[in-house]
Order: sequence, then structure tokens, then C-alpha cells
Amino acid sequence: MAKTLREVIKETVHYHLKKKKGFVFGQCLTAVGWVGGTLPHLTEKDGMIDLSMADVANGGIVAGAALSNRRPIYVIRYQGFSWFNAPIILNYACKSKEIWGIPSPIMIRGIAMEGSIGPVAGSSHNSIYYKMPGIKIISPMTPSEYKYAYKYFMKNDDVVYVSEHRGSYDNKDELKDFLPADCDLILFAISITRFEAFKVKKKLEKKGYKIGIANILWIKPFKIKDKWISSLKKSKYGGVVLDDDYSKGVASDIAYRLMKMSGKKIEIMGLKDKSAGFSKETDNLPPNSKEIIKMISKITKRKK
Amino acid sequence: MTNNSNFRYQVFKKASLARNFEEEVIANVKNKNIKIPVYVSAGQEFIASTIATICEIKKIKPLLFGQHRCHSTYLTFGGDKTKLIDELLEKKTGCTKGMGGSASIHSKKINMYGHDGLMGSNGPIGVGACYATKKPTIIFLGDAAAEEDYVLGALGWASTKNLPLLVIVEDNNYSILTEKKIRRNWEMSDVARAFKMKGFNLDDNPMNIYKYSKYFFKQPCLLNINTNRIYWHAGAGKDSEKTFDRYKSEKKLLGIEANLIDRKTKQLIKKLWQKRLEK
Repeated sequence: MAKTLREVIKETVHYHLKKKKGFVFGQCLTAVGWVGGTLPHLTEKDGMIDLSMADVANGGIVAGAALSNRRPIYVIRYQGFSWFNAPIILNYACKSKEIWGIPSPIMIRGIAMEGSIGPVAGSSHNSIYYKMPGIKIISPMTPSEYKYAYKYFMKNDDVVYVSEHRGSYDNKDELKDFLPADCDLILFAISITRFEAFKVKKKLEKKGYKIGIANILWIKPFKIKDKWISSLKKSKYGGVVLDDDYSKGVASDIAYRLMKMSGKKIEIMGLKDKSAGFSKETDNLPPNSKEIIKMISKITKRKK
Repeated sequence: MTNNSNFRYQVFKKASLARNFEEEVIANVKNKNIKIPVYVSAGQEFIASTIATICEIKKIKPLLFGQHRCHSTYLTFGGDKTKLIDELLEKKTGCTKGMGGSASIHSKKINMYGHDGLMGSNGPIGVGACYATKKPTIIFLGDAAAEEDYVLGALGWASTKNLPLLVIVEDNNYSILTEKKIRRNWEMSDVARAFKMKGFNLDDNPMNIYKYSKYFFKQPCLLNINTNRIYWHAGAGKDSEKTFDRYKSEKKLLGIEANLIDRKTKQLIKKLWQKRLEK
């Protein structure tokens, strides 16, 4: 029976601690939920280390631990907490190999979720990391993508930001690109929006549209597949980049690069440019299938 | 217990290396051979010299986490002089291949890790390295860097984990030209004690520092060492000529032999600089 992504992450962490003698650092790791069920029930003796609540210092402590070659995994329970956790990682760990020839490899597990969690904790925040040198960003949403991300981390000396989303933890399926020869439009989807993209495809198929889907796994470096560009060039209406982060960041940059390579118009949809509140009315959520269909409808009308 | 007089001479030798090196740095800034900002440790060199001598006596090779004003740490713990000169001259043969400049020097040979330029980030990074390796570790901070919130958070955790960590605060009383009393009403030694670490406030007399060496690396320990800088931030100016100078005072106390050490070291350093400048 296929495993959920949650089970795969838990097994990966167990393997890292027990077989690779690595570290896992974070806040409240051993609390009730064991960070959404992705951590094995191990202790400091096994390398699973609960840090204090000093977020900025904690990022530095993990960067220092990484100098020892024990390859820490650093759990950031809400991606928005990266505002405090990222500074020393980005300015020291990410630059250490280039400046001093001493790598400080860290796998950061940044976990996103949304809905009624206010202005900081919600959503993905890949853009905080994106512009800085020396970091890789990957957003696995399936079991095999996660295994690949971990293998990459263990084989290289980089700081890898693994942009997770709690909404994907129950997923057992692999998400493949869907790029028929005569697409009307292609959705370039990141993180949790990948699931919405498939919903959109299904709904619009019934109305006679052929919607292509390109799954963005690697955010930095942004790995553009030849097939994406050739399909984009042949498409009627270009594409839309979907993101779970504010749209004026990673999504804009990716759209620019796709436009440059294909000559087609690319729209972006991400979080709105507003603070999120706790109530339903004031929340700031990633684009859902209904909103994406609305945007596609606008694009197709504009072209006509 | 080490022989007092021998110990003082050993410390003075190291201090002499650091002081004469820094005087040559300043001379080369003035004549424009050095074109990058430099952060000299002149005036504060007895701290690193004493700690390095104690480590030699104890046969301990600690992990070192310094920041700017750390030439004396590099030199007194045995960093390659030529490579530091080359670094300041922006050469690829420098200790950080010209990338680190004065503030981000490092040396694998002496376990000295480079600094990224964020004041006090070496605090948490040193704590993390100490936790992961359980090796004796020294973090050198200035009195301003010690105020960074992440330094305090890291010290609290180091104490909780009872790490073999020595934190040295080189307290020259200034952040650029802002005095400590304007910035805060507390001492780092009190903060350390509040965190249940060993915490002491003292001056940079080598014998005073030596007194506390019994605590080194057995438990987390912080020494706030009051000292005086000779040159301002980035060598932009100089404090009053009346500022107490430990180097002059020790040289006077140790007499002829110290004068000889000073003279020989000065010549050695001058020659070394000339040689590198000619290359």
C-alpha cells in the first residue's frame, strides 16, 4: 500500500538520525503533534534536539552545528517564522563554502499551512530565501519528490530550503506534468497550488479547454524543462504561474523568465498584497480553483 | 600554577607580535598600500595573547569564533602572518583568498572560523559548533556585539546544555564612538550569571585573566574583559594619547627583555610586510 508524504517524511527523518547519525533541530519538536506527525518519537540522545524559543539565535546554532558535518535538518514549524530564523543561515551557512571553503549544509524544513492563522504564520515564504546566494529551494509535494530532495541534500554541500505544505502530507500520489500538443494555456504551479491546478484542468476539460500543467519542483535553481517552453510556444493563451507566496517575489521572477524564453504572456497568481487576518473575511489564501478559472476566463476573453 | 614571570613573557611575546603587526597595518593604511577597511586590535591584544598562552599551557586547541578586530586572535593562536598580510593586500594568497578582508579572516590550521559581518552572529554559530562537536570553543565578542539579542539567546542555550564554551567579551566601552553607559545599564558578566554560567568582570592584566582559567572549558564561562582600543572603528581615528595602554605598561614592567622582544618583533614584521609588498 502506498505511503503518504507524512509517512515518508517521518521515515526520512528516522533514517537521518539512526542511520546517518545526523541532527534534527527545532522548537517544540517533541510536543503533542510531533510537528504534524512527520517526526519519529526520538529524543536528544538520538540527535533530535529541542531548541529554546530564541528564533534568530537558533538559526545560528544550526549553522554552527552544520560545520561539524552532522548535516542538521532544521524544522521551522511555520514558514513565516523564517523572518527570524533565516538571517544567520542566509548570511553565514549559505556563504561559508564560497568565502571560507567550509560548507555548512543544512536541510531546512519550512512548513506552510494556511487558514485562520493570522498575518505571519501562514503560507509559503520562499521569496525570503530566493534572492540570496548559496541556497537551493525545492518544494516537494509527493513521496518520491521528498525522497529525491533528501537524497540531493545528502549528496551535496548546499543549504537546501525544503518548502513543505501541511496540505500535502496526506498525499500518496505522484503529480506528473500534463502537456498535450495543443494546450490552450499552461499552469505553472508551486507548492499546494499544484493540487488546485489539477482541479482546474478537470473542470475546464468539461468545458472543452485543454489546460496544461507544469509542476515546479525546483524553485532555485529554477529548472526549466525544454518541454515547458515548446508547449508554451504552441499554446493559444500563454500561461499562469500559481504560488502560495506573495505574488511579487518568486512567482514574478519565474513568470519573467518563462516569458523571455517563450515570447508568450504569463500571468501570476499568489497571495494578495495585503496582511492576513484571522477571520475568514480577512484571510489571505493562495489561489483556489474557482479564482484560477476566473483568471483563465479573463485571459481567454482578452485574447478574443 | 605556571611561573608568573615566564607566563608574562610568553604573553608579552604574543602581544608584541599582534601590536607590531597592527602598527604596520596602520602605517600601510596611511601610505595607501591597504585600500580596504581594517579593524585593528591594537590596545586589546593582551586578551587574545593571554587566552592563547593559557590554551598552549593546557595543551588545548579550541574552535575559535571571532569577528572584526580579530587580527590578534588570528596571530596569537598561530595564524599564518604572511597570509594575513596578503589578505589585507587583497591577494588570492590571503587567508581568505582576498574575500574576507580584515573582518572575516579564518584559518583551518588553527580552527578559526570566519565571520559573516553580522555583529555577534559568531555567538550562536560558535554555540552550535560547540554543541555538535563537544570540543572546547571560544567566542570572541565586542561589548556592542554582545548586546545582540541572538547572542543572549545563544548563551542561554549554551548554559542549558552545559557546553565547554568560553565567551570572551573584549569590552573597550565603545560602539564606534557611543559609550556603553549610553547603550545599557547592565554588565555581560551579570547576564552570564543570570543564565547560570560562570561570569566575571575584570581588566586585561594577564595575571587577572589567568586566575579564571580554572573554569575554562569545564562549564560555560564568560569573561567580560575591560580594555582599551588604540584606534577607532576601521582605523578612522585614535583615542586620547592618555588612554591607558597595557602594552606600554607590561613592557615597562618586564624591562629590558621585553624591549628586546619588541624591537626584534618590529623588525621581523617590517621585513615581512616589505617582502609581501614587493611581490
